[in-house]
Amino acid sequence: MSTAPPPLASASKRWTAELFGSPWRALASVLLLLAIGWAAMHAFDWAVLHAVFRADAEACRAVRHGACWGVVAEKWRPMLFGRYPYEAQWRPAVAVVVLSAVTLLSAWPRSWRWWLLPLWVVALALFVVLMRGGVAGLAYVPTNRWGGLPLTIGLAVVGLAMAFPLALLLALGRRSQWPAARALCATYIELVRGVPLISVLFMASFLLPLLWPAGWQPDVLVRVLAGLSLFVAAYLAEIIRGGLQAVPRGQTDAAVALGFGRWPVQRDIVLPQALRLVVPALTNNVVGTLKDTSLVTVVGLFELTGALGLALGGDPTWRPFYLEGYLFLALVYWVMCFGLSRYSAWLERRLGAGNRA
Amino acid sequence: MRTSSPGSSRASRRAVWRGRALQVLLIAAVAGGAFWLVHHALETLRARGVRSGFDFLLQSAGFEISEGWLDFDSGQPFWRAFLAGLINTVRAAVPAALIAVAFGTLLGIGRLAPHALLRGLCAVYVDTVRNVPLLVQMLMLYFALTQLLPDSMEAIELLPGVWLSKGGLALPWPLREPGAFWPSGLDWPEQGGFNVTGGAALSPEYLAVVGALALYTAAFVAEIVRAGIASVSSGQKLAAQALGLAPGQQLRIVVLPQALRVIVPSLTNQLLSLTKNSSLAVAVGYPELVSVANTSLNATGRAFECIAVVMLVYLLLSLAISAAMNFYNARVALRGWQ
Repeated sequence: MSTAPPPLASASKRWTAELFGSPWRALASVLLLLAIGWAAMHAFDWAVLHAVFRADAEACRAVRHGACWGVVAEKWRPMLFGRYPYEAQWRPAVAVVVLSAVTLLSAWPRSWRWWLLPLWVVALALFVVLMRGGVAGLAYVPTNRWGGLPLTIGLAVVGLAMAFPLALLLALGRRSQWPAARALCATYIELVRGVPLISVLFMASFLLPLLWPAGWQPDVLVRVLAGLSLFVAAYLAEIIRGGLQAVPRGQTDAAVALGFGRWPVQRDIVLPQALRLVVPALTNNVVGTLKDTSLVTVVGLFELTGALGLALGGDPTWRPFYLEGYLFLALVYWVMCFGLSRYSAWLERRLGAGNRA
Repeated sequence: MRTSSPGSSRASRRAVWRGRALQVLLIAAVAGGAFWLVHHALETLRARGVRSGFDFLLQSAGFEISEGWLDFDSGQPFWRAFLAGLINTVRAAVPAALIAVAFGTLLGIGRLAPHALLRGLCAVYVDTVRNVPLLVQMLMLYFALTQLLPDSMEAIELLPGVWLSKGGLALPWPLREPGAFWPSGLDWPEQGGFNVTGGAALSPEYLAVVGALALYTAAFVAEIVRAGIASVSSGQKLAAQALGLAPGQQLRIVVLPQALRVIVPSLTNQLLSLTKNSSLAVAVGYPELVSVANTSLNATGRAFECIAVVMLVYLLLSLAISAAMNFYNARVALRGWQ
């Protein structure tokens, strides 16, 4: 049964009613507007009116109550690319563009086809070739010179890519018919989820060298990636398990009735449905991992957060303007993470709509 | 349902045995792998002449801990340093959790408020704070507290007796005579010639850690509270209106108690994250557990042991928080028909 819709009010009328419908409402609106206006005015004053946009430290120091965006104009390259050789910084820039393009393409549900996997393999190979060099006439750049945005994105993407197969195994194992497999997977997941990422990163950077054969030391980047993916896998596994549980039991029964074996049921029937269901949750996890990569600065890798310290910490001229540097850094992170979270919300609505239909 | 015909029972029995054998193999493989790794690591350590073992915990630490509830000096053993670190973790995490839950609840309710400006303001806060790494926020806050505030000679008096400066925050604090239980009065901080003396002093490191943890987690709590309130069916709210309850009463008596059932499990996860995130304090030099472990690691070279202590303590903390929140959840959960 449906009631007749109320007559459509014009947008301005609805706004007036919402903001000034009653005396209390009007009072609240006026107070809020005053507070917002006051804050916005001061922020605008500081960030735009009295700000210095030129890379001129003298001018920055002369201004008392304005932002010094000159620090970004002067230092944006070490902020974004860390200690990567200056003249070769087009390479990390192209590498970032490649990864971003493939990410954008994968965000489009129409492109969820088999060719996405080889495409990612090619993109990652291209990323490593561009960053590392040593082939095709590109000068070799050791991993300890990598830094900034490409390192942040690379760590997140490669860490997630390495974590995913392990997470899949853990999630399937936690629902296995074998009690031993269930216990092992549950223990791993709960242990990892119980400790902070920093301790895992410390453990990876101190312990992995001991496990390697004598005489060969794994690179810091490799150690950190190992730690990061072992950590992320536990969280991904729980997300995938949620998806597996959401696939109705009848799907498995129907597949078994059709003569599917144990693995083909999982591979062809359950997993494709489960993974589709959890894409929004996985995207949120990507946001979390992207933010978590900031922690690797504690074990001596200069991704975005570490690169800022590198760019400003050793330079007394620009050190006073750390705050503007941090704001720029926060903006870079925010653009990536906010974009991904919006995408996740959009996808959730879209998938939800698909399920209802 | 799978039914087994008599002919297949032998095959299914064989499958059961095969499964058991494979499980034994799996456990043996995992245990063997773990044993080999530990053995190999110990061999490597011995070959490099690195001493290992937890005996260092009884030796004297040789470093100071700048602040905390537990008095500690460099002559005391390492285990006491770790204990002081753990207490400092709690000292930062508990106030941060309280602020995060209170502020986050307000934000979450604000996001559903019947007022567009308030809704928008809360949404902007949540969408900004959630999408910037906690470490960046903590470092930014720390920089602002230590560099942008006035020197302690020119401390700002926020409220009567509350002074803020580069040196931190000074608060009035109950003054207690030795031996007496009840405080005899308040110790008011005063602006001396060069700095603020008296009262309780909170270091900028502590303020940065608590502030960043609380503001960051509040944004996540807000989303949880919003989802929890949204999960209560609108009929409940309409019924509360029909009973003549005021808007505040509707929320407090009818909506929130039901929303709690959805909120508490997710909130548990957020409190666990907050506790684990307090380990980022190592980046601003607040001496909590991970900082102390890091200092001990550099002093003794026993990397594995120090990190293992940290992991073990965090596991126990996580278990304790889970247990406490599960107990609370059992109280607010929907009672079944009995």
